[in-house]
Amino acid sequence: MLIPHPLLGPRDAQEFTYLGDASLLDRPDGMADTAPEAFAEYVYLRDNPAGVHRELWFHEQGDRSWLIVTRNTVTHEILGAELARDVALAAIGGAQ
Amino acid sequence: MRFSGFRVVKEALTGHHGWKPLWRNPAPQPAYDYVIVGGGGHGLATAYHLAKVFKGTRIAVLEKGWLGSGNIGRNTTIIRSNYLLPGNEPFYEFSMKLWETMEQEFNFNAMVSQRGIVNLIHTDAQRDAYRRRGNAMLLAGADAELLDRDGVRAMYPWLNFDNARFPIKGGLLQRRAGTARHDGVAWGYARGADLLGVDIIQNCEVTGFRIENNRVIGVETSRGYIGAKKVGVAVAGSSGRVMAMAGMRLPIESHVLQAFVSEGLKPVVDGVITFGAGHFYVSQSDKGGLVFGGDIDGYNSYAQRGNLPVIEDVAEGGMALMPAIGRARLLRAWGGIMDMSMDGSPIIDRTPVDGLYLNAGWCYGGFKATPASGYAFAHLLATDRPHETATAYRLDRFARGYVIDEKGMGAQPNLH
Repeated sequence: MLIPHPLLGPRDAQEFTYLGDASLLDRPDGMADTAPEAFAEYVYLRDNPAGVHRELWFHEQGDRSWLIVTRNTVTHEILGAELARDVALAAIGGAQ
Repeated sequence: MRFSGFRVVKEALTGHHGWKPLWRNPAPQPAYDYVIVGGGGHGLATAYHLAKVFKGTRIAVLEKGWLGSGNIGRNTTIIRSNYLLPGNEPFYEFSMKLWETMEQEFNFNAMVSQRGIVNLIHTDAQRDAYRRRGNAMLLAGADAELLDRDGVRAMYPWLNFDNARFPIKGGLLQRRAGTARHDGVAWGYARGADLLGVDIIQNCEVTGFRIENNRVIGVETSRGYIGAKKVGVAVAGSSGRVMAMAGMRLPIESHVLQAFVSEGLKPVVDGVITFGAGHFYVSQSDKGGLVFGGDIDGYNSYAQRGNLPVIEDVAEGGMALMPAIGRARLLRAWGGIMDMSMDGSPIIDRTPVDGLYLNAGWCYGGFKATPASGYAFAHLLATDRPHETATAYRLDRFARGYVIDEKGMGAQPNLH
């Protein structure tokens, strides 16, 4: 599989290590009253879809950036990749 | 129709006209007491034990494709009970005992062959760990022997004992472990269940659950609605997809695990050898092909095929362990979809929906567990209580902090 790195162009997936569902970026609030339940869900439960899946890949043997790769789990087709930090910053309203 | 040596001779002399299909092909009834979703090894074993041991009646097995088209046909056929933890080892030893008697019981040749498994040791720390594991196995009634270097050499003199990084220092041997004919297991259970009146309904995909007042009352299928008092789901690989139809998220990721077989060779590997440090294990089929595999590809997948980097990794492991394998040509490679649970151990439990039961999360180890998984799941379906060897396989163990960290890696690919 070739991952279209937003900065480096197409890179072999072997250069990356895989973490899992991109929802892992949305860490629950550890101070909330429901934190134990929220963290049990966050740590253990997965949507595990058959089809389009947004997932975290770490460019360990490259520029050591985290990417969010959109990939089809049924065909292994890679539909796009973006820097995880861009996504995370956009979620909180842009770079502080 | 019973199989016997006499029967084989008689059919040979009379032109083989007497053989009949091994199971019926019934149309679904409007309702059943028990509906098992998934006609693979575990689902068929569940139906068989439910009918045979727990005297259940009106049982149906619903299979999306053809019988045994999932992981029971896509594994490396190894059976063993060499686990460490008290939540696991009694269950797998129970499974091993069922393997030893199943052929006589369901009158079908599953080619169970107790040819022994050796887990190789490369360091002192690993020897300590395997000694502990061997003792845990003995405590659970299994057999285990710790081999020194010469002991392994006596069995497999052609291994590379002096690999610079992973020299072989010994091994943990379980003589009662071995291999079985994977399709034969599915066919044997299917035939046994059919003879006991179970309806095995193929090409019948479950497309939804009908749930009222938090109780399941039936399943929607591609062949119409089927009512059910109890529904057991045994669809490892697709558990996440199926249980999502009941509104559930599971502690499971689906990953692809590849396996390989070489061209047929003269007998060379008479048991099973695992080289965990090198992500490689190998046995030899009765046809002569070397059957080997390694680790999961390491990303979510439902594709039933893997990619070349892992093939290369497994081949490198093979070359490091037994350089002679380099002379063999690869014949076939295939991939199966594993339910990788978050702690690497399975789930056999009720679900938050009344009447809906789950058998899932088998990771690498579904095949060897087939008989016990079916027995324990049937026990749960029939009595609403977990089987005594499967009490640790709870669905809520993750939230409660009772994970079974047999190898402490689960679905996380970088821990493999």
